[in-house]
Amino acid sequence: MTDRRSAERRIAGRPASPGYAAGALYVGPIGARAERTAGDPAAERAALQAAIEAAAEALRDLAQGAGVQAAGILELQVAFLEDEVLAEPAYAAIEQGVPAQQAWAAALDVEIAGYEASEDEYFRARAADLHDIRERVLGLLHGGGGAEPAGAVPAGAIWLAPDITPSRFLAFDWARGGAIALTGGSPTSHVAMLARARGVPMVVGLQATAGETGGLHLAPAVLDARSGELVVHPGAAARANFEQAARSYAESAGRAAAHLHAAACTADGTRIRVLLNVAEPADLETLDPSICDGIGLVRTEFLFERHGGQPDEATQVACYERILEWAAGRPVTFRTLDAGGDKPIPGLTIDGESNPFLGVRGLRLSLLRPGVFRRQLRALARAAASAPAGAEVKLMLPMVTLAAELTHARAILDDEIAGLAAAAIAHRRPALGIMVEVPAAALAIDTFDAEFLSIGSNDLVQYLAAAGRDNAAVAGLADPLQPAVLRVLAQVCRHAAASGIEASLCGDAAGDPRAVPALLHAGLRVLSVAAPAVAQVKAAIAAVDLGRAHD
Amino acid sequence: MTQAMQAQGSAVLVNEVGLHARPSVKFTQLAKRFAARVEFAFAAGGPWIDAKSPVKVMRAKAPRGTTLHFRAEGPDAAAAVAAMEDLVNRRFDEGEAP
Repeated sequence: MTDRRSAERRIAGRPASPGYAAGALYVGPIGARAERTAGDPAAERAALQAAIEAAAEALRDLAQGAGVQAAGILELQVAFLEDEVLAEPAYAAIEQGVPAQQAWAAALDVEIAGYEASEDEYFRARAADLHDIRERVLGLLHGGGGAEPAGAVPAGAIWLAPDITPSRFLAFDWARGGAIALTGGSPTSHVAMLARARGVPMVVGLQATAGETGGLHLAPAVLDARSGELVVHPGAAARANFEQAARSYAESAGRAAAHLHAAACTADGTRIRVLLNVAEPADLETLDPSICDGIGLVRTEFLFERHGGQPDEATQVACYERILEWAAGRPVTFRTLDAGGDKPIPGLTIDGESNPFLGVRGLRLSLLRPGVFRRQLRALARAAASAPAGAEVKLMLPMVTLAAELTHARAILDDEIAGLAAAAIAHRRPALGIMVEVPAAALAIDTFDAEFLSIGSNDLVQYLAAAGRDNAAVAGLADPLQPAVLRVLAQVCRHAAASGIEASLCGDAAGDPRAVPALLHAGLRVLSVAAPAVAQVKAAIAAVDLGRAHD
Repeated sequence: MTQAMQAQGSAVLVNEVGLHARPSVKFTQLAKRFAARVEFAFAAGGPWIDAKSPVKVMRAKAPRGTTLHFRAEGPDAAAAVAAMEDLVNRRFDEGEAP
């Protein structure tokens, strides 16, 4: 006879917050509520009202001690509790003689079902917030606090539940360790965001029924929240695998964190500059400029999406100046409007193109809308005057195909600069470079008189491989490390080195630690990446030895 | 009898996530600052939704790209509609984390 309790069981799920945890499973929520005797409708109405007010008060207190993100989540719950509309059906049921707790639960269940039925994953995830409110008020109606009693959950436990509410998450002291394993849940839920922010490992969508999980309370388990697997009663082999994976993850995370503020250097001492990709100025507010060597790509589309396609010059100048101020003398590359393709802007881009990726996008659109283009060039030249003397301010043109387009754009820039000078408006001429993403430009790169080059690997790969970025079925063909792409990268880098101009790479490949060695061996010395990738990319750079042949 | 002031307007939701949790809270908090009745709808002819109720605003589940029509009635109706349009156009003043 096999001992059922010790049989190893692997349950697959989806990762929601990376990390590893080993510990006892805590299957919750459990704990029966005390029975409550219902009074007359007036008493029930008063009881529900008091419970709702107390719940809102408790959440406001919790929000006070929470971080900005957590406070934002609790804010919605408080707003809901303060809204009389939420409890209206419950009060109506109470008038019909239904006890407060049943009336409240039924009203919230209807509301929750509305969210669960949504097609949008983000709205579906809000069902958990409603659950949280439901449970908290019910707990108060029953005379309890609604929060987990202290000591009920063992330190370092892996919570196994259908879902967990944000307020339960926040009420728990995660400093003692622990992890979350959910049979329901979603990677886009508030709890998942909180878990990622706090570094709590979390897996959602585990393939197990409530009946199955019920028998697992306090069973030993290991959770791999990178692969999404929960192993209950792990055998010696599973435990050894887990420990090795957890150790190597902890080591790489530790190494990466140590690299965040350091200048990036390869093992052989070659300095690599790591720049940031910025989608909008708000991205920078929480970032320390010392983690990067500058900004390699400011996407300016956000300005045009927000202002209905036509941001005025002053708005643009203010926004560009804010970014330059943050950079504090570090180089900043602004990309002119890159609309079209998968980034339509109503009123600006061309509607109804049969193949927008091969249509009027990037510089092609700017040359078609010279008024919009000239205004942006003027705003960039004016903002550049605010940068400290000697700080590099660069202007990059997207989707350039032929050298004549660069010549055309340069003539327009020169014209605007002359106009600013004539009007005695403070300005500075930014360096003018191109984004290398159209194969025709990459292959004939020596025909371009650009002051710098930045390789847009996402589009370059999709055009070289004829594999659309928007089509998962051909994603396997869109490998940025395939020979054709690496040859083109190497050719562009050779040309840049020979002509004494900078070549950088600002696509997703730059932020992928696995791609970094190949990119450096292809000749790149400047990578521009999203802020969360900086530490890992610097760590990956440190492991590369350019003195040794790649592969 | 004074004729109540009325105002109308519209704006397109251009923030990343549409009228989700935090945008909804800001939306209703702003609407509540005005004495006027403030409502919104997905079509110029309604049906109209109370812009001061977080529960009703979230129930509407307005995704990115939706055009929100506003109407207000009361002494500060014009200011209310202008402020609501401005909040939507400013993308609710936040980064894209929902």
